Amino acid sequence: MSAASPRFGRRAANAAFLGFCWAATAIALMALVAILWSLVKQGVGGLNLKVFTMSTPAPDSEGGLLNAILGSLMMCVLAMTGAGVVGALAGTWLSEYAKDSRYGKVVRFVNDVLLSAPSILVGLFVYEIMVAPMKGFSGYAGALALALLAVPVIVRTTEDVLRLQPVALREASIALGAPVWRTTLAVIWKSARGGMITGALLAFARISGETAPLLFTALNNQFLNLNLAHPTANLPVVIFNFALSAQDNWRRLAWVGAMLIALAVLAVTIIARLSTREPQRS
Amino acid sequence: MTAAGLTVERAPRPRARGAVFDRAFEYACFAAATLLLSALGGLIFSLAIGGWPAFAKFGPAFFVRSTWNPVTEVYGASGAIVGTLVSSGLALLLALPLAMGVAIFLVELCPASLRRPIGTAVELLAGIPSIVYGMWGLFVFAPWFGRHIEVPAMTAAPPGSLWETLTTGVPNGTGILAASVILAIMILPFIAATLRELLLAIPPAVRESAYGLGSTRFEVIRKVSLPYVRIGAVGAIMLGLGRALGETMAVTFIIGNAHGFPTSIFASGATIASTIANEFAEATSDMHTAALIALGLVLFVITFAVLALARLMIAREAAR
Repeated sequence: MSAASPRFGRRAANAAFLGFCWAATAIALMALVAILWSLVKQGVGGLNLKVFTMSTPAPDSEGGLLNAILGSLMMCVLAMTGAGVVGALAGTWLSEYAKDSRYGKVVRFVNDVLLSAPSILVGLFVYEIMVAPMKGFSGYAGALALALLAVPVIVRTTEDVLRLQPVALREASIALGAPVWRTTLAVIWKSARGGMITGALLAFARISGETAPLLFTALNNQFLNLNLAHPTANLPVVIFNFALSAQDNWRRLAWVGAMLIALAVLAVTIIARLSTREPQRS
Repeated sequence: MTAAGLTVERAPRPRARGAVFDRAFEYACFAAATLLLSALGGLIFSLAIGGWPAFAKFGPAFFVRSTWNPVTEVYGASGAIVGTLVSSGLALLLALPLAMGVAIFLVELCPASLRRPIGTAVELLAGIPSIVYGMWGLFVFAPWFGRHIEVPAMTAAPPGSLWETLTTGVPNGTGILAASVILAIMILPFIAATLRELLLAIPPAVRESAYGLGSTRFEVIRKVSLPYVRIGAVGAIMLGLGRALGETMAVTFIIGNAHGFPTSIFASGATIASTIANEFAEATSDMHTAALIALGLVLFVITFAVLALARLMIAREAAR
């Protein structure tokens, strides 16, 4: 070796460190593969048409997850509708009107706090303001809890993408005689559409697997129920109850449900990721 | 429309058609932003109101006592608080080096063609719902963990040592340490993703000059890259810690749900979130409900403190 090459000790430290980085990545990937593998192994066996056509069974009888799947879908769609409107408007306010004002900073901090607030506390909050006064668990309460979890994600991504839109775009639109609200809706939102949709997808992925906030808001329902004013079955809570039960058929359904929900969430995440470009090192 | 001549200052500004809605739109946006503020205010307020009976009855003893007994109506939070802090702290200890390794691998070592697939795979780890982590942890990970980690660690413990005290328990794979490992896997992608963004943002010239001086990769990373991203890294770590503190379902599955003050990392324990998840829907009395909500308020204060601390440290570092 030439005199310029690092001495042995330094090279050894370097090799050990790089080896550790390889190993760390391998561990992370192995964890992902191990989890997906057990989901498929345990879940595929129980997968059949009945899962999608029948409601959750009594112990030792046939059944599926239809009521839970429908309940989850209804609550998530309702939550995303509300959260989408509020989140997009609040994000717009932060980016277009608040700028660096004091109240803007407060709202931004509040949004960060909501973003990191444990989801089970959101469940407690909704229980206190909705379930307890109305004396009943309901799908609406579940949807509200999910919406509260989705809003901060949407606010954050909306503000971030709107801020990336060039000022010239706004000026051009206003110079053409468009009022500010139309400029925002038809020009800025349109140009930021991709990022806003990504944010919504990530929010959707986040809430569709959430269990903790539904435990004491939507609760559960053994039967198919399309009226969200009643307790509503949903996949995460059904998985939770069935997984910890001693019934074999319930446990099998729990694995099927876990597989379905994980695959759905991962698919949405991948779609969201594909629609954004990766940062490249220059 | 008459902005002409000398009266220009008093004439109404020419307005675009439909401009009357400008105000309405701004108010709508403002209202949505204010809704966020009221949601957080309502959350804190409702937890404080709901938990008040427990604080009023037990006073400071609520935080010190470790008994949690719904039958005799005696509630103390210290077991759950310590369980939360210990499991999250251990999780962070395990996750941080791994996350650093992953981030550095993705930025420095990974072949360009694999960078995106591996990056996405690590992010998928963050997307897996926590209930799935819980099931996997209980049915797949715990048996393995008990057999290959807990049993050897317990048999190797010298009698009477601290090691033995810390590892007493039933080696069935569930318990505080097992929960920490699952939590570590869950928060790893969050920390790794943030660290990676930070490392990518380092100007190439900074690293290149270090390489130009003959440094190895390890030296560049340790002495140039990591110090450069120090401020943001604190934020990333705190973000991960916040996640771990509030994580509910995975922990509920695997921590064993035993009340009382934890003395061993192999023994069953409970966190604040797991206690609420297990007991709230079946709370036996008003005081039980109040005590659980009071626990919730404690959890909120802890996570809020972590976030505020992170903000403060970042602001102080940035000001230097």
